[in-house]
Amino acid sequence: MTKTGFIVANLFRRRTRTILTLLSVIMAFLLFGLLQSVNTVFNSGADFIGATRLIVQARVSFTTALPVSMVPKLEAIPGVARVAYQQWFGGVWQTNTPIFMFSVDPVRYRDAYPEWKMPDAQWQAFERTRTGMIAGRQLAEKFGWKLGQRVPISSQIWPQKNGSKAWEFDLVGIFDGKDEDWQKRTNLAFMQQDFYDEANQFGIKGRTNFFILKLAPGADAKAISKTVDGMFENSPDETKTQTEKDFNISFVKQIGDIGLIVRWILFAVFFTLLLVVGNTMAQSVRERIPELAVLKTLGFSDGSVLGFVLAEALALVLLGGLVGLALASLAGAGVEKITGGQFLLELDASVWLLGVAAIVLMSLAVGLLPALRARRLKIVDALAGR
Amino acid sequence: MSERNAMTESMVEVRNVTKVYERGKQQIEVLHGLTLSIPRGDFVALMGPSGSGKTTLLNLIGGLDKPTSGEVLVGGARIDQLSSGQLARWRAHNVGFVFQFYNLMPVLSAEGNVELPLLLTRLTKAQRRKNVAVALEVVGLADRAKHKPRELSGGQEQRVAIARALVSDPQLLVCDEPTGDLDRKTADEILGLLQVLNKEHGKTIVIVTHDPKAAEFARRTLHLEKGQLLEQAA
Repeated sequence: MTKTGFIVANLFRRRTRTILTLLSVIMAFLLFGLLQSVNTVFNSGADFIGATRLIVQARVSFTTALPVSMVPKLEAIPGVARVAYQQWFGGVWQTNTPIFMFSVDPVRYRDAYPEWKMPDAQWQAFERTRTGMIAGRQLAEKFGWKLGQRVPISSQIWPQKNGSKAWEFDLVGIFDGKDEDWQKRTNLAFMQQDFYDEANQFGIKGRTNFFILKLAPGADAKAISKTVDGMFENSPDETKTQTEKDFNISFVKQIGDIGLIVRWILFAVFFTLLLVVGNTMAQSVRERIPELAVLKTLGFSDGSVLGFVLAEALALVLLGGLVGLALASLAGAGVEKITGGQFLLELDASVWLLGVAAIVLMSLAVGLLPALRARRLKIVDALAGR
Repeated sequence: MSERNAMTESMVEVRNVTKVYERGKQQIEVLHGLTLSIPRGDFVALMGPSGSGKTTLLNLIGGLDKPTSGEVLVGGARIDQLSSGQLARWRAHNVGFVFQFYNLMPVLSAEGNVELPLLLTRLTKAQRRKNVAVALEVVGLADRAKHKPRELSGGQEQRVAIARALVSDPQLLVCDEPTGDLDRKTADEILGLLQVLNKEHGKTIVIVTHDPKAAEFARRTLHLEKGQLLEQAA
């Protein structure tokens, strides 16, 4: 028997109670791991989003379309290497499976996104085939699409001139990502802007949701974004220019201030945990007053007894916390797989470090008062049941 | 001659000790100027009615409490002058305790309970195990080493408690009603064991008991009443 063995034995003296408490700790740290990853993604930026591109949208909202005629003005700005544009198509596969699908100018889009890899022949086919469509590898594999296939896709928003929302495309290309990060994101599809302009019922031509500005190496992204917005200030098409990271964050922030929501959820979770585990520890010490007195009788110092109780609290929270964080890691990988890399929830080193810090602080918070009680108890009174 | 040399025959010296407890606003004087001496190797029974101060005296001798005034020397050391940390260390090496209700750790086996005091030493795991085995052998429970307290009878639990009290090889054993929760036969067995520890292993033993039959196992009986020593009976 060792001191550690003694601590663990005491931890599981009431097995059911300990297991239930452990489960609550595991759940709390699972939530912590996932939510903190969300926070990290939206505040620190994901690796694949570089500052080599800027997104220009209407200042009012990205749902407000901008004229494609802005392209020459944007391309004339020093530091802008190429301009592409994307219009949200809102595709639906079969009954009810939404697809991330945009209409683009194939040549411009290829130049703006060198990270997508596809044989030249397929890029050329996309360029010359009006009804052509290219799909990411993950998307194609998911639905079993093959090159040359006629793919029927509905639009959530845009009916054709005949009133039907059912469109048909020729799959002329399947693209992949340049590396693992980009390969995880190949669940997109693109159609030709010209086809969209020609075929949509609303007669909308030459409009797009946002521009992508591919920057020249060494270009000052901040300065260019100011230039763009300054250029269109007080015009019918005022713009808001930001990095891709900020664009994605602001997209999700339509729901609400994600960071604030996450912090409040975590606060509620950990406050509840504090009450649950704190109560468990307090109860555990209360039950063992005579035993703690006997330990002191045997020669264990006040400090040792305090140490035993604190160690027990740490063991409980550490075990539950590490399991919770490990499960969060697995769950994050699962979310990444399900969303085809759209939503990366990776528990990086910062989340683990924060998790360990939370474990230590939580252990102190739940263990300190019972430990101090154990430290202060008088042997004679405790043995006499007073 | 130093005080320590003069007291070499004496294991326990209690000199003019008074103990006052505070219960709320009340002050209760439990021991009044008590003086006694217990020679090394003695086996003393402390008897007296409830509230006479027997357990209080035992707690002072065992270093679980300190007198309000007076001196307590055990093995030549003034334990009334030690800090709580020093007293804890002193208890670990110098005195073994046996309680009425055994006070074993329910989460540990018999050998785990006996090993507990040895966690305070620098002994290796192997050495600890050896000492535990010897202690359990002495009390006749070597074959029950792996059993938890709930799997033992009252008498067996008390034997484990005695083994735990012995394992650090203290010179002094203090026992508070060690047979109070046992039937006559088992009580006699336990008291017989204590006699063996006294006669064959030279342990100085002080027991508190209500039971006159238990006191018969001791060499001497001291009677307390209202915090004072009445007489010494051989």
